[in-house]
Amino acid sequence: MIASIIMVWFYIVCHLEDKMASYSTNEFKAGLKVMLDNDPCAIIENEFVKPGKGQAFNRVKIRNLKTGRVIERTFKSGESLEGADVIEMEMQYLYNDGDFRHFMNNETFDQYQCDEKIVGDAGKWLKDQDSCTVMLWNDAPIGVTPANFVELQIVETDPGVRGDTSGGGGKPAKLETGAVVRVPLFVQTDEIIKVDTRTGEYISRVKE
Amino acid sequence: MQEAWQPTCSVAMLQSRARLLTKIRAFFLEKSVLEVETPLLSHTIGTDPQLAFFATDYCLPPRLHTLFLQTSPEFAMKRLLAAGSGSIYQICKAFRNGESGRFHNPEFTLLEWYRVGFTLPQLMDEIAELILSLFAEQKALSAVQRISYQAVFQHYTGLNALEFCYADYCTYALDNQLPEAVSLCEHDHALWLDVLFSHKVQPYLGDNTLCMVYGYPACQSSLARINADDSRITDRVELFINGVELGNGFYELTDASEQNQRFDNEIASRQQKNLANVVKDERLIAALETGLPDCSGVAIGLDRLLMLLSKSASIDDVLSFSIHRA
Repeated sequence: MIASIIMVWFYIVCHLEDKMASYSTNEFKAGLKVMLDNDPCAIIENEFVKPGKGQAFNRVKIRNLKTGRVIERTFKSGESLEGADVIEMEMQYLYNDGDFRHFMNNETFDQYQCDEKIVGDAGKWLKDQDSCTVMLWNDAPIGVTPANFVELQIVETDPGVRGDTSGGGGKPAKLETGAVVRVPLFVQTDEIIKVDTRTGEYISRVKE
Repeated sequence: MQEAWQPTCSVAMLQSRARLLTKIRAFFLEKSVLEVETPLLSHTIGTDPQLAFFATDYCLPPRLHTLFLQTSPEFAMKRLLAAGSGSIYQICKAFRNGESGRFHNPEFTLLEWYRVGFTLPQLMDEIAELILSLFAEQKALSAVQRISYQAVFQHYTGLNALEFCYADYCTYALDNQLPEAVSLCEHDHALWLDVLFSHKVQPYLGDNTLCMVYGYPACQSSLARINADDSRITDRVELFINGVELGNGFYELTDASEQNQRFDNEIASRQQKNLANVVKDERLIAALETGLPDCSGVAIGLDRLLMLLSKSASIDDVLSFSIHRA
């Protein structure tokens, strides 16, 4: 009887632990997703601080995954935080209905909608049908990251001087998604260019 | 995949370490300070609740003893002093469980020395002489600064370190991006000092300078004597270069009954915090009862010193094999 109670108890304890993994300051590594002040966060940096004759701390740099804000927080060494159920998933960007942008998981065909606050800066690189990365917290989108390189058409730029291939100087060009990037003078309206979304820099022309 | 067997430091760093050790030994040889060795493995261990230790089994069938890897050679060296060794120094390994990071490795190298008849200011002179000579080649250290804990704490935080005003401390933390300190420290003055000093003071100490902070608050006295003229402070000094804590020195406590009392307090504090129980080192108490000569002593972390000399970013860069590869 007692043995079976212990077994049931043990099962429950294991099960609970399974559901809410928690991580001690010693396990804080860059990229680990944890809950802090009820928001999902990612550890950026974790520094062990200990005066020779004093209390040990961990000074942790954390990014709030909902707001993008980076904060520093000090913990007593050995304290722990609950893990956050955050995953990043490759999805297809479908369309913008004016209020929300819609994304689809290409394997399960599950669709997700995000408002502009969640999409943030990524919005200016998103073209219908392009793939991007959507971050989900408890299966709800909290952030969108465009592909590192996107190919987009120029809808507006000043006519440049033909024959200029130096690439120096440059001029602004507006792309079909609304982003504005600097391009070399020889690049013209209607041309398709490759852009690095991490820096917002022009990479090359794309021949159709 | 092949195991990473290589050392974490360069061969040039092995040579720098050897040169550093040679210079230190030459320094003490010239001053006729005796080099000694004491056990790394002992029957007792320090009671300091802030230091976690390694324990191991000593098998001598049919008996089994627990032995401890030393967190510092301090107790054994004081027993040598009480036995009439005169001034001594030691370069040895020390072990502190759970300490790992950019400036910490659980096994590290200490230089510890004791000067019989020296007051703390006299010892600080000698510390400055040694450190400046070690940095002479690099011309990396421009000066030596001596400042009291109270003055430096006041300078960077505006707070009085010697008188704990909870409301002032909280206001400071909330206004200076350290709001978590309020719940972390509650009404524990010593803990507040640890948090505020390590976050808001230490990073700015010793800009290409050897900064010696003396006159620690009495609640952080450790094994130092309480100051004879001002009971709010203790005769303890800490060394900092470029924001890195390098060492800690005391005008050593010689009073056996006070030492006994501090041991009891620390043991009680360990129990309160549910830390591993330890027994106090009765041999140290007995040595103090016999008579420890008036002396000052200091311990300096040689790995960190080597980091500063070589401008290394991590302790791993100066260890042959840091704990991950040991």
